Amino acid sequence: MSTNTATHHDDHGHPTGIMRWVASTNHKDIGTLYLWFSFFMFLFAGALALGIRAELFQPGLQFLEPENFNRLTTLHGLIMIFGAIMPAFVGFANWMIPLMIGASDLAFPRLNNMSFWLMIPAALLLMTSIFVPGGAIAGGWTMYPPLSVQNPSMSVDMSILALHILGVSSIVGSINIITTILNMRAPGMTMMKMPLFVWTWLITAFLLIASMPVLAGALTMLLTDRHFGTSFFDAAGGGDPVLWQHVFWFFGHPEVYIMILPAFGLISTIIPTFARKPLFGYASMVYATAAIALLSFVVWAHHMFTTGMPVAGQLFFMYSTMLISIPTGVKVFNWVATMWRGSMTFETPMLFSIAVVFLFTIGGFSGLVCAILPVDIQVQDTYYVVAHFHYVLFSGAAMSIMGAVYYWLPKWTGFMYDETLGKWHFWLTTIAFNVTFFPMHFTGLAGMPRRVPDYALQFAEFNMISSFGAFALGISQLLFLYIVVKCIKGGTKADAKPWDGAEGLEWTVPSPAPFHTFEVPPTVK
Amino acid sequence: MNKRSILSLGAAFLSVYAANSHAAYALNLKTPATEIASQIYDLHMMMIWVCLAIFVVVFGLMFYSILKHRKSAGHVASQFHENHWLEVVWTIIPVIILAGMAYPATKTILAMKDTAASDMSIKVTGSQWKWSYDYLDQDVKFVSTLATSDDQIHNKAEKGENYLLEVDNPMVVPVGKKIKVLLTAADVIHAFWVPEFGIKQDAIPGFVRETWFRVDKPGTYRGQCAELCGKAHGYMPIVVEAMEEDDYNAWIVAKKDAAAAADAGADQEWTKDDLVAAGKGVYEKNCAVCHQVNGAGMPPAFPAMTGSAIATGPLEGHLDIILNGKNIMPAWAAVLNDVDIAAVIAYERNALGNNTGDFIQPSAVKAAR
Repeated sequence: MSTNTATHHDDHGHPTGIMRWVASTNHKDIGTLYLWFSFFMFLFAGALALGIRAELFQPGLQFLEPENFNRLTTLHGLIMIFGAIMPAFVGFANWMIPLMIGASDLAFPRLNNMSFWLMIPAALLLMTSIFVPGGAIAGGWTMYPPLSVQNPSMSVDMSILALHILGVSSIVGSINIITTILNMRAPGMTMMKMPLFVWTWLITAFLLIASMPVLAGALTMLLTDRHFGTSFFDAAGGGDPVLWQHVFWFFGHPEVYIMILPAFGLISTIIPTFARKPLFGYASMVYATAAIALLSFVVWAHHMFTTGMPVAGQLFFMYSTMLISIPTGVKVFNWVATMWRGSMTFETPMLFSIAVVFLFTIGGFSGLVCAILPVDIQVQDTYYVVAHFHYVLFSGAAMSIMGAVYYWLPKWTGFMYDETLGKWHFWLTTIAFNVTFFPMHFTGLAGMPRRVPDYALQFAEFNMISSFGAFALGISQLLFLYIVVKCIKGGTKADAKPWDGAEGLEWTVPSPAPFHTFEVPPTVK
Repeated sequence: MNKRSILSLGAAFLSVYAANSHAAYALNLKTPATEIASQIYDLHMMMIWVCLAIFVVVFGLMFYSILKHRKSAGHVASQFHENHWLEVVWTIIPVIILAGMAYPATKTILAMKDTAASDMSIKVTGSQWKWSYDYLDQDVKFVSTLATSDDQIHNKAEKGENYLLEVDNPMVVPVGKKIKVLLTAADVIHAFWVPEFGIKQDAIPGFVRETWFRVDKPGTYRGQCAELCGKAHGYMPIVVEAMEEDDYNAWIVAKKDAAAAADAGADQEWTKDDLVAAGKGVYEKNCAVCHQVNGAGMPPAFPAMTGSAIATGPLEGHLDIILNGKNIMPAWAAVLNDVDIAAVIAYERNALGNNTGDFIQPSAVKAAR
């Protein structure tokens, strides 16, 4: 098989030019599309966040009237979650799962193409909703009625439609991934020999299939309340606004794990490579992942501790939420035990992974603080929660994605990335992230509500620090773009296995990975 | 050193900041003013210390390993990858720690939810974007809105000490009494949050939710709406003044007298100019947040007042929409008195670029209710 840059001369006549991408059924091409799409959305939604931080740089209104501020926070949340984090993980699943299990492609290549191209109209609906009369959706990414029913702008309906489309894309993609993993593993690759990234994605795909239809149901009820005279969320017609919150969070909490379980898989892949030591507690990692996934369906109302539910409900959801820290703790202990007495080196992917373990754990601890219901009464809907979920979703999900991009860039492009620049990117990102989000713990505890364009004077100092950090964090990501583009264009040639401690089938194919791989399945001992 | 004294040592350390909670760089929860709030404060401190201890142990080990078990230090990797004994231990220990956290938290939850045996009840209604207080045992009702000026918000005037945390009519309560708060909302979900009392309860339209507090020290306590409720969500603060019982009783009497005086005003004959002049203040306080100070509105959500079909059309239609609301437009019947409504009608029809020349008397508003 050829290893030169003309990687696809040995395949049988796929389209070239733009049609190569539009009509692609190749898991690597579609994976690449997903990754570029998510990076573009990451920059877009990040730019929205910089608008937020610019307004919050000082008390008073400087750049944005309040409703525009609400539009920015809402779109930032929706696009980061559905446009950046989730598609990035699907990109990794596309590229790496077939390579990791020794399959030639995903089980349903045409469905795979559809899953990706459904994202484009959805993204366009979300982004162009900024320009419709009445402006973009402004009620927060959680879209709580009656506020989301009250907003007359058609942007709310465009967002509902976009989320419906994204839900279809996710469900189709998940069916594809589950079918592939269960049926297309190379001979000898038993379930308990699968790389942990494959395991975490298998479980994530089940979470998606179980939770996305629930979101679709909630969105449909919202749509009919808005336009067809139903009263699901309107007490005057016999409904209940809190019903939305129950249904939404029954989707929303598994959604949180959809965004973090694949990250756990990435970290569990990278740390053993650079510790030159097998992953500690593989089986317990699998069980912990499954336990987190199951628990994620019985904790949803911890997002609703202030709605005034009965005391039995409050206690149940507090206890079940606290339980999640046990399997999560097991994972952190396992990662530390994997490093213990290893022979570590600190290339960029490893730096990102260590930072994820450290910073995600801070987010885990603040999550435990939020689980303690009386404390949550004080911090719910404050900047403390904003700090908490950014420690989980930025330094958990987004930074693990960055680490994994560095980890597999040599496999994807055939070239080594610039290690010095990669380390610069790591340190700039990590420092700027903490400067941005750590002070939010303090502003939240001291009483600053979230989703406000303006704040009391006592919060001014920390907000200014956060805004400085946010701009540094945003600009640092342009360096990431530069490093990736530079790596694609050339550099030191990468070996089939550029990391000496790496394990797995993906390192048995040449770098860059040829257009078709494992047409004859390998045998796993 | 027992656990209690370790906790209080930590609390003392942080109270250096807490004592001056309005200072810059405040790091912790506000100084509690109620028993529940201080239980929450202690729970949070316990969580901080337990989490910090676990953090130091786990990441102490990790950074030791990073320092010592590195290739550049010549460390050779061992190949162990499981240890059942260890894995069982580090699953069991967190269970025990969690049980230790859950026990005091459960006690506090049970206390928070116990609204029985209250001394008085206040119904609090959230609406876009103000709080209405209804003293159920006293027949006293009033509306409380942000007192910070628009100039301060738009950086045209210097910001005051209590920027965004000041209101025209604070909620007033007696100290030492268990006060039940009955919460509801008129339009969308709001949340009633006073950090120093340790209460945050969503106000849900169509439902009544309960919470309670008993504050022991007289003083002024400030909070904010904590649930996104539209564009002025950041501008609906809560101010509670806790007073000795005698002062509170005097305040009740004064409130009743003021309401009676306003009622009397409704039976007088008013001139157009007086109503328009009074209407300016009512409009700017209540209407300008959507329809804008200059009457331009923010179409399509909030129509312009200038040239409006309603404000230049029949008087009955104008009065009806103000009293009863329509879609996003709230009903003002319960919020504004007869004079206020007559005044704002006169202002909207004879100012803001409109000039219909007509107006109605407060007595007509009273009759239309």
